Amino acid sequence: MARAVTPRRMILTTIAAWGVALVIAFPVIWMILTSFKTEASAVASPPELIGASWTVENYVEVWSRSDYPRFFWNSVVISVGSTLLGLAIAIPAAWSMAFVPGKKTKDLLMWMLSTKMMPAVGVLIPMYLLFQRLGLFDTKIGLVLALMLMNLPIIVWMLYTYFKEIPGEILEAARMDGAALWNEIVYVLTPMALPGIASTLLLNIILAWNEAFWTITLTTTKAAPLSAFIASFSAPQGLFYAKLSAASTMAIAPILILGWFSQKQLVRGLTFGAVK
Amino acid sequence: MGKIVLNRVNKSFGDVAVIPGIDLEIENGEFVVFVGPSGCGKSTLLRLIAGLEDTSSGRIEIDGKDATTLPPAKRGLAMVFQSYALYPHMSVKKNIGFPLKMAGMDAAEAEKRIANAARILNLTNYLDRRPGQLSGGQRQRVAIGRAIVREPAAFLFDEPLSNLDAALRVSMRQEITELHQTLKTTMIYVTHDQVEAMTMADKIVVLNAGNIEQVGSPLELYHRPANLFVAGFIGSPKMNLIDGAEAMKHNATTIGIRPEHLDVRADGPWQGIVGLAEHLGSDTFLKVTVEGLGTLTVRATGEVSLRHGDRIGLSPQLERLHRFGADGKALA
Amino acid sequence: MSTHSSRFAARLMVAPSVALLLIWMIVPLVMTIYYSFRLYRLVSPDRTGWTGFTNYTWFFKSSDFWLAMGNTLALVGGVLAITVVLGIAIALLIDQPVKGQGVLRILVIAPFFVMPPVAASILENLFMHPQNGLFAAVSIYFGSDPILYMQDYPMWSVIGIVSWEWLPFATLILLTSLQSMSSEQLEAAEMDGASALSRFRYIILPHMMRAITVVILIQTIFLLGIFGEIFTTTQGGPGSASTTLPYLIFKQAIVAKDIGRAAAGGIIAVVLANIVAIFLMRGIGKHLDA
Repeated sequence: MARAVTPRRMILTTIAAWGVALVIAFPVIWMILTSFKTEASAVASPPELIGASWTVENYVEVWSRSDYPRFFWNSVVISVGSTLLGLAIAIPAAWSMAFVPGKKTKDLLMWMLSTKMMPAVGVLIPMYLLFQRLGLFDTKIGLVLALMLMNLPIIVWMLYTYFKEIPGEILEAARMDGAALWNEIVYVLTPMALPGIASTLLLNIILAWNEAFWTITLTTTKAAPLSAFIASFSAPQGLFYAKLSAASTMAIAPILILGWFSQKQLVRGLTFGAVK
Repeated sequence: MGKIVLNRVNKSFGDVAVIPGIDLEIENGEFVVFVGPSGCGKSTLLRLIAGLEDTSSGRIEIDGKDATTLPPAKRGLAMVFQSYALYPHMSVKKNIGFPLKMAGMDAAEAEKRIANAARILNLTNYLDRRPGQLSGGQRQRVAIGRAIVREPAAFLFDEPLSNLDAALRVSMRQEITELHQTLKTTMIYVTHDQVEAMTMADKIVVLNAGNIEQVGSPLELYHRPANLFVAGFIGSPKMNLIDGAEAMKHNATTIGIRPEHLDVRADGPWQGIVGLAEHLGSDTFLKVTVEGLGTLTVRATGEVSLRHGDRIGLSPQLERLHRFGADGKALA
Repeated sequence: MSTHSSRFAARLMVAPSVALLLIWMIVPLVMTIYYSFRLYRLVSPDRTGWTGFTNYTWFFKSSDFWLAMGNTLALVGGVLAITVVLGIAIALLIDQPVKGQGVLRILVIAPFFVMPPVAASILENLFMHPQNGLFAAVSIYFGSDPILYMQDYPMWSVIGIVSWEWLPFATLILLTSLQSMSSEQLEAAEMDGASALSRFRYIILPHMMRAITVVILIQTIFLLGIFGEIFTTTQGGPGSASTTLPYLIFKQAIVAKDIGRAAAGGIIAVVLANIVAIFLMRGIGKHLDA
């Protein structure tokens, strides 16, 4: 709404909006602050801020006690791998749903989404046994497959909504110009849908990075990503707040940085393409 | 070359026959316009020729070869779409060159053709721009350029001017006509605007509900409409159609008289009252209510000082009267 | 755009996604159905065999099951209510012209970057802990006793944690929808003499309906399976006070080591999820031109 507002009102809404935003983000901010305190300072009552004793000791300790680089690398491989594989499978599917819709297309899409409603816990045992049997247990390949399948419906849906914004006449024009299906997708559709594809990519990397059920239940050590790394820190019984905070910060930092730099695509992606 | 023959071409969606069966011959080098109201099947017919839709039955021949099942790219046709369908992420040059790239043409030859098309269409200074930076008319020319470079057997135009403003539409109309005279390639042009049809076509195909109502040159259709539909569709303002007792006098179910063939004369046989007078300067359009005949449109030349409520007499030019039978067909 | 060849190509291109999802859905489902009719306890691996519907009837007779059903509903309903209402309020606030929109937006979506186990353990320990948590310090400052969140209000605590995680999503979708609102419409309403409240009620809210349905649809999909947050914080307790259906199944499988029973619970959960799905798709699918 492009309307002139009084400076007074602007100041008031700015204060209110910043207040609310800080409250929402406060747990993250407090966690990062705590990670730089000594353990004693972290649990001090009343809570210390100005007079707290600051240190980076927690990070050093967490780093030396665990194999952070390995967890980190596993997280990267699993989240990026599953998303790229998902995109490769979903782009053709979304293409056909958006541009050659049949009577059943909408039902098919809804069915795909509904597969996500199955509680993962319900099929935990068979999944566990299957993964053991197929030699996928505690492997990166296994998790890439599992998370790809988990997020595939979301990827298809998002791409579908982005593709639908592209006028069909352009693809017909490409066909008249002699582009075979493959060229049509590579030279026309994909470049035109690039912002949408970027948003989809980003959102699904984050969803996969943050996934904490299959990544914990289907791994032990070799393929365990950061979600499993943090689970091993999650029962500190009050004494290791600073170290817990440091480990937590290390687990979410990569995503926090990625999100910061790709804000625009991410915000678009976060709406799942459902709202314009 | 670009001779296109349609033989009993039919298109059905489920039980609904959008085009029940059409026979049509389009000669090489002809400018053919498909015209009709929206939903008459003219765009579907064009898309069948393009290969963007499958024919349900029947046969499409291009240059003597059966093209019924050929994919669009193999038919040697080029199409200009209503929305221009330019690739927004490519420069003008790449847009025009895209079909050549798809055909695997070598760069030097492609370059030459692009430059040539750009020269013909006055796009030379815009080759590095993106479609988003062009005006509507320029985009239209890029779309045409993309069609020209392929040197197709025929051009297909799907309502290409409907997104332009009135002034631009007139100038683009002339440009396309000139282009046809330069290239002498077959062009098939779809529009719902009968003015476009009349001004551009060598041959007009009037379509209604998937059927061809009449095929002929613009003046043939104007002077000798084959039926009521064509009579009512071609010509602006519309032909006045009168039935009842007055038509019986001429041994017809319906008679038609164009607004320009009604003379305003005090002693005319049809006496009426002026309802509305639209002064265009060159012409004056009058809506005249005549007892027993309904409201007639009259096109009087020049400035006429008649106003709402004036009583006038109208006299039809009897040699210009069209007579139609009970089946809607013109009587000889 | 539909020729036989393009339709054929289209079917061919959806096929991998559909096939993979079918396998992903059917294979575990069939295995789960199989186990749900078996006697299969890890503590007594020798005693196996068919047990008919015993595994199923155990659930329906168990009071924990009905409690878990209620808790699941409370979790989904509670989080939806909180995120939608707060989401609308925050979206309306941020949509105003304010300074520093960019950083503001990052702050608001910050919770989304936090993986569930981290969110749960940080909120549980750093904030809700009765001795060392920040909330306890606040209570003490105001002279009251610290609240034992996980002890006395386990379900509310879980709902709070999950709501915090999902608030950015709801806010962003609602904000996007709000920004697509035509200002002419609002100005017309203002000319017609509508107060700020009735403008919200009759113009803004109806405009946001589609966005709200999207929030409900997508969040429900994720909320029905919430597990990690409970696992890290209350472990379903005290007693079964914060046990949801997924967590109850997990307890049967891992704690009681009764695979058959867990499988039966899984099937019940799948059936219930499908019922919810049908209602959602029927009711909400209409609003989406998906």
